[in-house]
Amino acid sequence: MHVIDLVTRKTTWDIIAPNLITLVIGLVAFAAIVILLFVLAERTSVKAQEWVKYLVFLVPALALLLIGLIYPAIRTLILSFMNDTSEKFIGLDNYIWAFTRPEILQVLTNTAIWVFVAPTASTFIGLVIAYLTDRMKTASVVKSLIFMPMAISMVGASIIWKFVYDYEPSPKKVDIGLLSAISKGLGIDPPNWLLENPLNTFLLIVVMIWIQTGFAMVVLSAAMKNIPDEVVEASMLDGASQLKRFVQITIPMIRASIVVVLTTITIGTLKVFDIVRTMTGGNFQTNVIANEMYSQTFRALNYGTGSALAIILFLGVVPIIWYNIRQLRLERTER
Amino acid sequence: MSIQANKPAKAVNKATKAEATSSGRQKMRDAFSSPWASFAAIVIAVFWTIPTFGLFVSSFRPEADINATGWWTFFANPNVTLENYESALFQGTAVTPPLSQYFFNSFAITLPAAIFPLTLAVFAAYALAWFDFKGRDLIFFGIFALQVIPLQMSLVPLLQLFAKGLVIGDSVLISPLGITGTYIPIWIAHTIFALPLAIFLMHNFLRQIPRELIEAARVDGAGWFTLFRQVVFPLSIPAIASFAIFQFLWVWNDLLVGLTFGGGVKDIAPLTVRLAEMVGTRGSNWEVLTAGAFISMVVPLIVFFALQRYFVRGLLAGSVKG
Repeated sequence: MHVIDLVTRKTTWDIIAPNLITLVIGLVAFAAIVILLFVLAERTSVKAQEWVKYLVFLVPALALLLIGLIYPAIRTLILSFMNDTSEKFIGLDNYIWAFTRPEILQVLTNTAIWVFVAPTASTFIGLVIAYLTDRMKTASVVKSLIFMPMAISMVGASIIWKFVYDYEPSPKKVDIGLLSAISKGLGIDPPNWLLENPLNTFLLIVVMIWIQTGFAMVVLSAAMKNIPDEVVEASMLDGASQLKRFVQITIPMIRASIVVVLTTITIGTLKVFDIVRTMTGGNFQTNVIANEMYSQTFRALNYGTGSALAIILFLGVVPIIWYNIRQLRLERTER
Repeated sequence: MSIQANKPAKAVNKATKAEATSSGRQKMRDAFSSPWASFAAIVIAVFWTIPTFGLFVSSFRPEADINATGWWTFFANPNVTLENYESALFQGTAVTPPLSQYFFNSFAITLPAAIFPLTLAVFAAYALAWFDFKGRDLIFFGIFALQVIPLQMSLVPLLQLFAKGLVIGDSVLISPLGITGTYIPIWIAHTIFALPLAIFLMHNFLRQIPRELIEAARVDGAGWFTLFRQVVFPLSIPAIASFAIFQFLWVWNDLLVGLTFGGGVKDIAPLTVRLAEMVGTRGSNWEVLTAGAFISMVVPLIVFFALQRYFVRGLLAGSVKG
């Protein structure tokens, strides 16, 4: 393909033009189908509409979910019990592989570290910032700045932090990485940040915390605004200190939101892929489950082990969501 | 989920607001505000911004400067150039196309991948919220529960579906579609993965339309389709807008779906895929990476700063996105 490109000297426009046509056709076709369905359906008799309405409104979404989510999930479960080429059943071998191979155990351990550190740290920092800015006049600027990483891609965030972690091996050259420069300023000889295990895993987790703190802050800040004024007033009259108010009033009042934030970030962390792939490619013992799943499936082309890892990921997500739903239910019956 | 959790609290808040004078809360806040708390918050915000700021400054420095000195020395020796952006955006070969091409691809992927799921989700949510039929709650709960399935779990079978069609045993249920290497698999994949949350959120919103309004229209002889077009759709535009921003940013920033469903075809890959690849192959070419990173960020940042309020609303409603 590249060869053809080189020979015919395609310009950027030559590549964009057919893609633009695909885009326009895609959008126009979709709009045309929707409008046509509506025009036709509106003209059907009242009686016919009783079943046509399901066909137009509900069936497309359900069909997509069935074909694109339910069927593939079941198929992945089946593939996880089969060999690399999905030709014969091998029982639990893929799972045994996952829990006995040292490099995969490392992947699972790393994922556990991620899941333990990233959600708690982001939620805690987000909580503190939400409290600090709760009664602040110019809070919106501060909040926007902390929230900003949430809007950019994890790939972009990884480049930002890779630059911070840049390491200069030659002692004759000046450091261009901020972290190296700071540690030299403090008189510490900087290590090669992203190569040093287990430090590198934590440096990658910092990126996740940097992204997710804004999310925690926004949700918890909204929850704090919902604490009735009388409650705060009463505690003030009691002469409670700032810290005491924070621990005894604020946190219990927004408990439900804290649970939602924690569980949401935990699920996001379990599936973390972009950061590890962009910053270390999973090398230097920083690999996590989602990245290994990708490597097994698309590099090693082993659909068996790849699917088993996907199922392990799924099994990690289920209890968290189950807990989340249970907490919300408890919360509702209490009120 | 969080919408419902917040509802009682919001009701309480409204009641207290009605009782107190409107400036009462503001006054109390002022009495509370401690300069130390504000100072701490500002320090954290500055700390949070420094990494981005450093990369931003670097993207405007000449290549020699970036590699010779730290970006913080820029202010002592300000040397500004747009060359990094120029070369990243427009210079390239057939093997390593310029970023402008990927920029277009990101748009071409994101627009339909936001419009398609939203349309289908509003339709389904309308049906689940206002049609009376057996098993409605079961279907609704089932869709809600689908959020549990991580993207990774449907990756391989869905890819095979696009490439080979659906064959169970010897019977061909869906024949190969021949769409691999175009945007279409990426659009469909994003649409499918967005549906559970979008339907759930839209349903919660559409449920809040007063029953009298729906019934009045029905009594006037409006069919289900006219009702949707004239009443339900106009009312749901704010919710659609909120989720549209959310979905737009999600798709624009996505790496995994673009990487896998793009099938590694350069001509259709989004910015994120190319950037991740560049980090791998040109990891220390900071003059390209700094500019490239900001080229990929400029659209989300504009959307974010212009529509922050709606984004926050969408986020608060959608904090269970999986």
